Amino acid sequence: MTSFNATKLQKTVLNRTLLRGVISIVALLLLWEIGSRFHFTFLASVPAPTEVIASLNKMISDGKFWKDWLASYWRVLEGFVAAQLIGIPLGLAMAMNRTFYNFMFSPLEVLRPIPPLAWVPTAIIFWPTTELSIAFVIFLGAFFTVVLNVLGGARNIDERMLRVAASFGSRKSDIFWKIVLPATLPSIFTGMAVGMGITWEVVVAAEMIAGKSGLGYFTWASYVGGNYPQIIVGMISIGIAGYLSSGLIRFIGKRATPWQRQF
Amino acid sequence: MAGRSKQPGKFAGVASEGAIQIRNVSKVYDPEGINVLAVDNCSIDIAPGEFCVIVGPSGCGKTTLLNAIAGFHNITQGEILLDGKAICTPTYTAPPGSERIVVFQNGALFPWSTILDNVAFGPVVQGTATAREANEAAQELLAELGLPDIADRYPNELSSGMRRRVEIARALINDPKVLLLDEPFRAMDALTKGVAQEFLLQAYDRIRKTVFFITHDLEEALFLADRILVMTTRPGRIKCSLNVDFPRPRTFHMRASKHYLELKAEIFTAVREEATKAFVAGERELA
Amino acid sequence: MSSLTERFLLMVFTVSGEQEAKEARKERQAESKVGAFSMLLFRLRQTVTQPRTYVGLLGVVSMLLLWYALTELLNIPRFNKLPGPVAVWKEFTSRTPIYGISIYTPDYYMHIFWSVWRVAQAFFWATILGVPLGLFMGWRKVFRDYTFPILEIIRPIPVLAWVPIAILMFTGIASREAPIIFLTFLASFYATVLNTMLGVESIDEVYFRAARCLGAKPRHIFFRIVLPGALPFIFTGLQIGVGVGWFSLVAAEMLSGEYGLGFLIWDSYVLVQFQVIIIAMITLGIIGYLFSAAIRMVGNMLMRWTTRESV
Repeated sequence: MTSFNATKLQKTVLNRTLLRGVISIVALLLLWEIGSRFHFTFLASVPAPTEVIASLNKMISDGKFWKDWLASYWRVLEGFVAAQLIGIPLGLAMAMNRTFYNFMFSPLEVLRPIPPLAWVPTAIIFWPTTELSIAFVIFLGAFFTVVLNVLGGARNIDERMLRVAASFGSRKSDIFWKIVLPATLPSIFTGMAVGMGITWEVVVAAEMIAGKSGLGYFTWASYVGGNYPQIIVGMISIGIAGYLSSGLIRFIGKRATPWQRQF
Repeated sequence: MAGRSKQPGKFAGVASEGAIQIRNVSKVYDPEGINVLAVDNCSIDIAPGEFCVIVGPSGCGKTTLLNAIAGFHNITQGEILLDGKAICTPTYTAPPGSERIVVFQNGALFPWSTILDNVAFGPVVQGTATAREANEAAQELLAELGLPDIADRYPNELSSGMRRRVEIARALINDPKVLLLDEPFRAMDALTKGVAQEFLLQAYDRIRKTVFFITHDLEEALFLADRILVMTTRPGRIKCSLNVDFPRPRTFHMRASKHYLELKAEIFTAVREEATKAFVAGERELA
Repeated sequence: MSSLTERFLLMVFTVSGEQEAKEARKERQAESKVGAFSMLLFRLRQTVTQPRTYVGLLGVVSMLLLWYALTELLNIPRFNKLPGPVAVWKEFTSRTPIYGISIYTPDYYMHIFWSVWRVAQAFFWATILGVPLGLFMGWRKVFRDYTFPILEIIRPIPVLAWVPIAILMFTGIASREAPIIFLTFLASFYATVLNTMLGVESIDEVYFRAARCLGAKPRHIFFRIVLPGALPFIFTGLQIGVGVGWFSLVAAEMLSGEYGLGFLIWDSYVLVQFQVIIIAMITLGIIGYLFSAAIRMVGNMLMRWTTRESV
């Protein structure tokens, strides 16, 4: 009875799952290709995968394409960082002080259901440049998520931990830095990951509506310009870009909260 | 299932059914790629209608045996027979069925169904009764077991003691040959536990089905069992067997009798050695 | 978006801190003994007597005052271009609004109707398709092996990146409504499937074992264990689905709609009718909130076993 048997079993199980996944994706691509070529209902005007790949090859060597990547990432960064810088402290302050929480909660709850993109015209009117207005809308998108997650994490701290700290005679600042903050850290990163997803949604839409550069603009311009395979190149790019940034946050989050590892 | 009652809740099973034979059973687990010998060459013969209790330290393999009897997984070696028919071998596991019903440790009453729907579940899904017949039988059984007014409640609304009783009712309504109980009273406080144990004994006295009961509580084992089997720490082997010859029905007075204390001394010595080994080894419990 | 994290989002909206959870539990215990009407009175009295309510009101009022001060009172450079609460309110409640939208104009309700109607359709399809799919994905591993990879590859693409393709997909086949509904559907669909799947996976293994012991066949297990067991998560998913659907709807309407609140916002901006923008935004917020609350109420009704607790 060696462990060789065991890992072999694991490997075959893993392989079967992987195989099924590969089969399904290949099947999907095939159906798509056939459907596009034969102009089958929904796929009548939709470009085929082979056309998309050809377009992708062209774009990879095109410098302007990568400039659009950069532009989108830059916007995401601006809005996202701003949302964290303001949202995290605000959430923590609300968690620490009951009165402040009651005061801020209602205006936040009133503003939160308004979709961030609904703010676009207001933002354009108010901010001097289009860039700033886009950044503002992005900020709004991530902001509410961040605050909610920070609050959720902070308010779910086991009261017993706080009591233990109090029984040791800790000062309020100690309780904050040594208990509230570390306990909330996982939620902060969760909020960041979710916020990142929302941020990309907003960036894409804002660029389509009012932008002049970036991947969202690229996708929309491809449509307007009749270059349909490029649309899908744009979509895939945005998907990958978003996935990478969320992945980065998850990675940093895991590093910052080593106690969460499963054993 | 010849000779079984077609009516749910009516116990027509004869006390010549429900013999379990566990022969040279071993089970190897494979969590995370490390082979673990959970049960090592156990052999047990349980007579029909016998109340058999297995004790041993946590993680010694008692639950593994129970799961094998119930049909939740197979065994690596040996065989398990129910009334002469093989229900678990290395190549074949009879699917879980209502002739050997399990009452689980933390309770498994469906939280989204009422008590009545829970108890009537077995007959309804097996098709042995219409919904109305099953509901009526369930009501009757609940009343018989001293739980008359709770049919429309949800499990969350009841205390743990009542929930456990309902779960036993849910099992009994199917007239099983064997009742398998996996530390059912573990999570209760000592006072509730005592009452629950008496309840179980009353039910047992009425129906005399084979019972396979797992516990780590030695007092509980002595109070309930016809026979106690002591299992060693992992890998679990049957260390010894103890006959508990108190007459039935049993009352809690017997717990202070001299004979009881003698038996207690005997079994404590047997188990303590294993318990110390387990404590020192610090093994994590398998699922 | 990871569905676990989306769930987290919603948890804060509905779950109170420990203290409030205790209060809520006491209330529910009391409710099971006392009639519904007296509970209402009790709750009303609670709301009125607690300082928490007034601080909350103060918060909202301060926000309105701040808005007023920045835009109309103090006449600060960039802010004075924005409409202030007074102007918006006057327009909103006027019988002959300058820009044609107020609570007295049928146009206002028409736009609301179009947005709501689209969301309803999208939400309907997302639920009808998403819940069964999620249930099967959670229940049968083989099915999940074939379907989950596809979902996870498509999901990172933001819903709004689909706008051009959505338009292309439906030209000549369906009305101009189809792309908008499709986008809204997509957003809700992801949330619904993921949360439903998570819901099935959250069901304790022990319930499956108990059911099998009692003689349940696969179809019994599906309808009596899988479906009810996943119900709490399903409703969480539906609430999130409505929220993100609403979000996508507005953007889709802004890009290519003819009616609807999103369209109204963009149109008013183009036509320099700023008060209407604010009216539309506020309406969006209120309706979004109502949708969420409605789903939560339906969920509470269907899942009575979670609201009743032991006394």
